[in-house]
Amino acid sequence: MRALLVLAFIFAALPLRAEEVIVGLSQNRVSLTVNFEGSEILIFGAVRRELALPEDSTLDVIVAIEGPPQQATIWRKARRAGIWVNTEGQEVRAAPSFYAVASTGPLSEILSADADLTHRISTRLAIFEARTGVDRADPAAFTEALIRIREAEGLYQQREGTVDLQRDTLFSTRLTLPKTIVEGSYAARIFLVRDGDVIDEFETFIDVRKAVLERWLTNLAYDQPFLYGLLALFLAVFFGWGASALFRLLRN
Amino acid sequence: MQIYLPIAETSVNAFTLLGVGGGVGVLSGMFGVGGGFLITPLLFFIGVPPAVAVATGVNQVVASSISGVLAHLKRKTVDLRMGTVLLIGGLFGSLLGIWFFNLMSRLGQIDLIVQLSYVIFLGIIGGLMLQESLRALMRSKNPNAARRKLHTHTWVHNLPMKMKFRTSGLYISVFPPLLVGVGVGILAAIMGVGGGFVLVPAMIYLLGMPTKVVIGTSLFQVTFVAAFTTMMHAVTNQSVDVMLAIFLILGGVIGAQVGTRLGVKLRAEQLRILLALLVLAVCGKIAFDLLWTPSELYSITVEGRF
Repeated sequence: MRALLVLAFIFAALPLRAEEVIVGLSQNRVSLTVNFEGSEILIFGAVRRELALPEDSTLDVIVAIEGPPQQATIWRKARRAGIWVNTEGQEVRAAPSFYAVASTGPLSEILSADADLTHRISTRLAIFEARTGVDRADPAAFTEALIRIREAEGLYQQREGTVDLQRDTLFSTRLTLPKTIVEGSYAARIFLVRDGDVIDEFETFIDVRKAVLERWLTNLAYDQPFLYGLLALFLAVFFGWGASALFRLLRN
Repeated sequence: MQIYLPIAETSVNAFTLLGVGGGVGVLSGMFGVGGGFLITPLLFFIGVPPAVAVATGVNQVVASSISGVLAHLKRKTVDLRMGTVLLIGGLFGSLLGIWFFNLMSRLGQIDLIVQLSYVIFLGIIGGLMLQESLRALMRSKNPNAARRKLHTHTWVHNLPMKMKFRTSGLYISVFPPLLVGVGVGILAAIMGVGGGFVLVPAMIYLLGMPTKVVIGTSLFQVTFVAAFTTMMHAVTNQSVDVMLAIFLILGGVIGAQVGTRLGVKLRAEQLRILLALLVLAVCGKIAFDLLWTPSELYSITVEGRF
């Protein structure tokens, strides 16, 4: 009887572990091959439960995929002497090169502001602004522009209501990595949310790598730029001269 | 079919690339122009970052001029001495251009500089070409019209440090060819062009070189300056994309062969007007982008990317 009581206390003290998320990805490697056109990733999983399904609250699932962070500068144009010129620049200390959030419902409704801050889930919170340019009238306009531009390019995605949750147990969603993604380790975080709070979290990684030839060319370009330049010249001379020699041969 | 460009870090349609290379190749075969001044802006239009377009464009120039320069060397229609002086100026100009290019990249103004240079130069070339070809058309209808004097003495011939250029039959100061070379080198580095469109008129009208050596000598200078500039871009800002270059070059060499064949059959005078109009259209499109209120006032530059 006492043991049972202790157990009950443990469960009461650990409500977080009452529901646990188990996740699978359709792929955890993306290869940027010569004909890479973007990639679709299926994220699916289940909720494991030791206890009965709580009746008084609803369960929500949020999936966030975050690409490697980059330092960036956001420029604003203004008209100078009739033409549009970049006149103001605002640095961003780190902005994810890719950021997609999918959820079962609108983030503002299913997630409390506190939980969002702690776990940095919404796009705005994934961007770290630099402390420079704070004297500007509208520093936020630059960050908003960053999000707007990247959303237009498919690099930032806010897909509310696209996680399909069935019988509070099975969930799945599809996210598209566009063709302009960069290399690196992409963190996929999956959150279980109840009453605005995160009750369980799972993190896994998707490895985005250039394929062998592309990898080799990039490495050569950055590590051995002189050799790379020679390669570029060799190819130009070879094809330029070779093709005309070939055509001359064909004509005779 | 999409092709992933490892340096530009984006993919573009392979057939579009072959089409750009091939189309410009046809024009260059027909009119004997390098075509770099069309390839680079066309690459902007299909979404290649300007820095990559410029550096790769100049690599393509090497491919499109190499066989020409070899043919001219064989025919001995290259003034090697003049070519070397122009080349020395060109290498210096290229260094200057690369320095300016990298400085402007850091300041976030390189796109503007490249676009402005294109508007100015395409405007001038397109205008002159149109004027010239319209005049030639008039002349062919009216053969009695006055002809332009071919060789005139100007201030250029009165500068110090004179040098003998036997092949060209000139005895002039080294400064004009050096300065012309510098100018062409700067253009090569900033615009990703060979610069023949500036070099050829400068050699004829400014230096007074005989036309039979002008093409060979300019190709000689352009090839080496373009090769040097490719190298400098590769070493200082890693913006040469060989994958992109291969498609442009393949399209270009095939297009050039077709163009040469077509040029023999078609009437060049009328076509030259079309080329002039095309150049002006590209100029107009870039100018429009600079003048028209953009739909997005903001843009992003990322450390270490283009």
